[in-house]
Amino acid sequence: MLLDWMPFDWILVAILALFALGPLAVTLRRWPNFARVLVYGGAGIASALICLAALLLLLRQGNAVAMWLPIGLPATALDGAGMIGGAHLRLDALGAFFLAVTSLGGVAASIYGLGYGRHESAPLRVLPFYPVFLAGMSLVIVADDAFVFLFSWELMSLSSWAMVLAQHRDAANRHAAFVYLCMASFGTLLLLLAFGLMSGGSGGFDFAHLRENSGGMNSLVLALVLIGAGSKAGLVPLHVWLPLAHPAAPSHVSALMSGVMTKVAIYGFIRVVFDILGAPEWWWGLPLIILGGLSAAFGILSAMMERDLKRLLAYSTIENVGFIFVGLGLALTFTGNERASWAALAFAAALFHVFNHVLMKGLMFMVAGAVLAATGERDIDRLGGLIHRLPQTAALALVGALALSALPPLNGFVSEWLTFQAILVSPELDPWALRLSIPAVGAVLALAAALAAATFVRAFGLSFLGRPRSTAAADAREVDGFSRLAMGCLGLLCVFTGIFPGFVIDALAPILGDLFGATLPRQDLSAWFTLTPISAERSSYNGLMTLLFIALSGGLAALIIHRLGSHRVRRAPAWDCGFPEPSPLTQYSALSFAQPVRRVFGSIAFSARERVTMPAPGDLAPARLEVSMTDHVWQSIYGPVEAAVNRAADRINLLQFLSIRQYLALVFAALVILLTVLAIWG
Amino acid sequence: MFHGLDLDIAHLLAGSLVLVSFMLLYQGRLLGVINIFAFHAWVLAAAVAWQAFIQGAPHLYITAAIALLFKGAFIPYVFHRLVRRMGLHRQIETVVGIGLTMLLGVALVALSIVIILKATRNTELLLLAREDVAFALSVVLLGLLMMVTRRNAVSQVIGFMSLENGLILAATGAKGMPLVVEISIAFSVLIAIIVIGIFLFRIRERFDTVDVEVLDTYRGEKP
Repeated sequence: MLLDWMPFDWILVAILALFALGPLAVTLRRWPNFARVLVYGGAGIASALICLAALLLLLRQGNAVAMWLPIGLPATALDGAGMIGGAHLRLDALGAFFLAVTSLGGVAASIYGLGYGRHESAPLRVLPFYPVFLAGMSLVIVADDAFVFLFSWELMSLSSWAMVLAQHRDAANRHAAFVYLCMASFGTLLLLLAFGLMSGGSGGFDFAHLRENSGGMNSLVLALVLIGAGSKAGLVPLHVWLPLAHPAAPSHVSALMSGVMTKVAIYGFIRVVFDILGAPEWWWGLPLIILGGLSAAFGILSAMMERDLKRLLAYSTIENVGFIFVGLGLALTFTGNERASWAALAFAAALFHVFNHVLMKGLMFMVAGAVLAATGERDIDRLGGLIHRLPQTAALALVGALALSALPPLNGFVSEWLTFQAILVSPELDPWALRLSIPAVGAVLALAAALAAATFVRAFGLSFLGRPRSTAAADAREVDGFSRLAMGCLGLLCVFTGIFPGFVIDALAPILGDLFGATLPRQDLSAWFTLTPISAERSSYNGLMTLLFIALSGGLAALIIHRLGSHRVRRAPAWDCGFPEPSPLTQYSALSFAQPVRRVFGSIAFSARERVTMPAPGDLAPARLEVSMTDHVWQSIYGPVEAAVNRAADRINLLQFLSIRQYLALVFAALVILLTVLAIWG
Repeated sequence: MFHGLDLDIAHLLAGSLVLVSFMLLYQGRLLGVINIFAFHAWVLAAAVAWQAFIQGAPHLYITAAIALLFKGAFIPYVFHRLVRRMGLHRQIETVVGIGLTMLLGVALVALSIVIILKATRNTELLLLAREDVAFALSVVLLGLLMMVTRRNAVSQVIGFMSLENGLILAATGAKGMPLVVEISIAFSVLIAIIVIGIFLFRIRERFDTVDVEVLDTYRGEKP
């Protein structure tokens, strides 16, 4: 009986179960340990169910499944004769892919939470919201009318806001939560306006109706959705909340927010722009490409300057979202210029990067959580030498860092390589604006990729290599089994998809067919798992061969060095083991490692200034090096807005202190003004 | 159906109501205001009765009777007693000067006439009542103006009552109003006058005045 159910039914049951887990956690507040196991265990099982069902739908390559539930607002859709209410749900190949990816992140975060949740000081500030957050994200993806979409979008924002505020006694977290709330409401407002424009007063808000009802304001809708969904995804200059809010949440929630929630935002963007709006103009991709390139460069530069491990990862998210948006922009550009097969390539690159980023950013936030749990530190200047204390976490951190640095043979390389393949075909386009700008953005992306490598060398090297910079780092202990299991699964998947990317590309085929009517060549037919996005003559990549080559050459080099280099007799001072000065302060610090990049790029991007104070000869005071950096985005955009809002609020405050007669006079004046307007223009 | 003279008399009565509203606005003494308010109600009763006559709608006579009894006799009587028991037969100060208030009133009448004539341009049904509705809106706006310009709580309440008279005029002019609505409005006004009367006494008991400006000092927000 139950086995007859469609996968979509299973997904809805799992979402309902997630919704039910939230209130259940509240009733179990007396038994926090039991509540933790129940919530994370239950959320993990429900997410796994969603993931399997979505994968089944995606791989079966069937038609979209739709469902109508009689709950919700009374009039959400036009149905032939009149309005019908209720909630419209639908899952097509695109939705199934995103659902599988997000719930995969949910599974990993839930397993991680089983162990990591023990360190939570106030578990009830996280437990009730966690499953609701997962349910909200899944519901965004299965929504098929604007009401369900916006409702679940807000649910996702609010429940994650509550978890950002979990450590509410810290003033920085309260500030982060406030900024997050403002930006989330702003983004949703714009999405609301976008849906209103698309509906165009016809009253129908189901996506099927919006698809047919193409209003004349599609460019405006694109701008609204780009800002609305882009602010959630973290596009520069709408990213300001992201490096504040993502690190403030508990680490498994950070992994979800950074790895998964930004992807849900990207899904919303794709759903509206690629699916609902229909045929794009030739220039639509351009703002996406430029903002994406800007985000990639700015995000990774900020990450390079950052000392806080979790904030560094949040900035790296901005970079990766930039990469994804460049891919989407290219797909939009190619579609607008009638190059369907190239559009399919760029879109596949973007979706592949979405998948990869869920894996690697999830993994790295979990590593940051493990470091935090083991040492209590997030500042990489107070870590070091953790490879000896947390060997397994260190190995997984290395996998994550390599993947995020886009090094072969890991998965991050494949998707960025695909993006560059799409950029490299763009000079064959006709409009000159595109021919010139896309390669320029390509150069920016190449710079971002190189800086990403530097950033993660710095992050990994300072935290895991060298000698401990604090006693907390020296006394660290390996984290619990659940955390290592979750990180291990993600790490394995990173390696697996890096070596066999063809499976992912083939799974994307129905999505590309739906949206562009073109697909990439079948990859499972090619020999030795070679990836050929366009044709074998043009370019191909073989992860397996690369892995073998790296393993062979690395092993050979190690062998040669050990056989030849280590055996030579060297003369050195006795007993100092190669370190003439025993203090850990002689090592590279976070500031010194970033100095070259800061001097070259930071002086422009952040107006970075260094000031050296040398004490006079004979003075015993230490010499000081002070670095000052300015956040131009905040100062030039958000600062003035904040000041204007404050000024307006001060003015409006006067209304609090009027007498009864003055209030009456206000009402009277409003009435008279409205009547006058009516008399003149009515 | 309606003769020219019928409409002329209806307009005359409605116009008189506006004129009496101006008298309310101008009158400075509290007892004078109450007397004029009684007169206001009589004119309203006459206007409503005339509407009942020309429309052939007998239930409007009841409306007229209610206006005459409650607003023309009972409420002024209550207010007279109130004012005498409080010993308030003095000059009341208006906040804006009399001349400016009258000018504002004239502007409001002009505004309401422009609006109503414009808004009902295409409505044949309401054609006979167009000017009536314009006058009624003027009465409403003048009542609001009176509430805003007066400081004394009693005259503010009278401003409110004259505003309500304007609403009645508009409703009866627009081809019949259900009797139930009229009666319920009359009763709510009656209850309002009782509640307001009690409140006036309570305010006076505590603060020794019914000047609403004085109350502001007790909100703790002004020094």
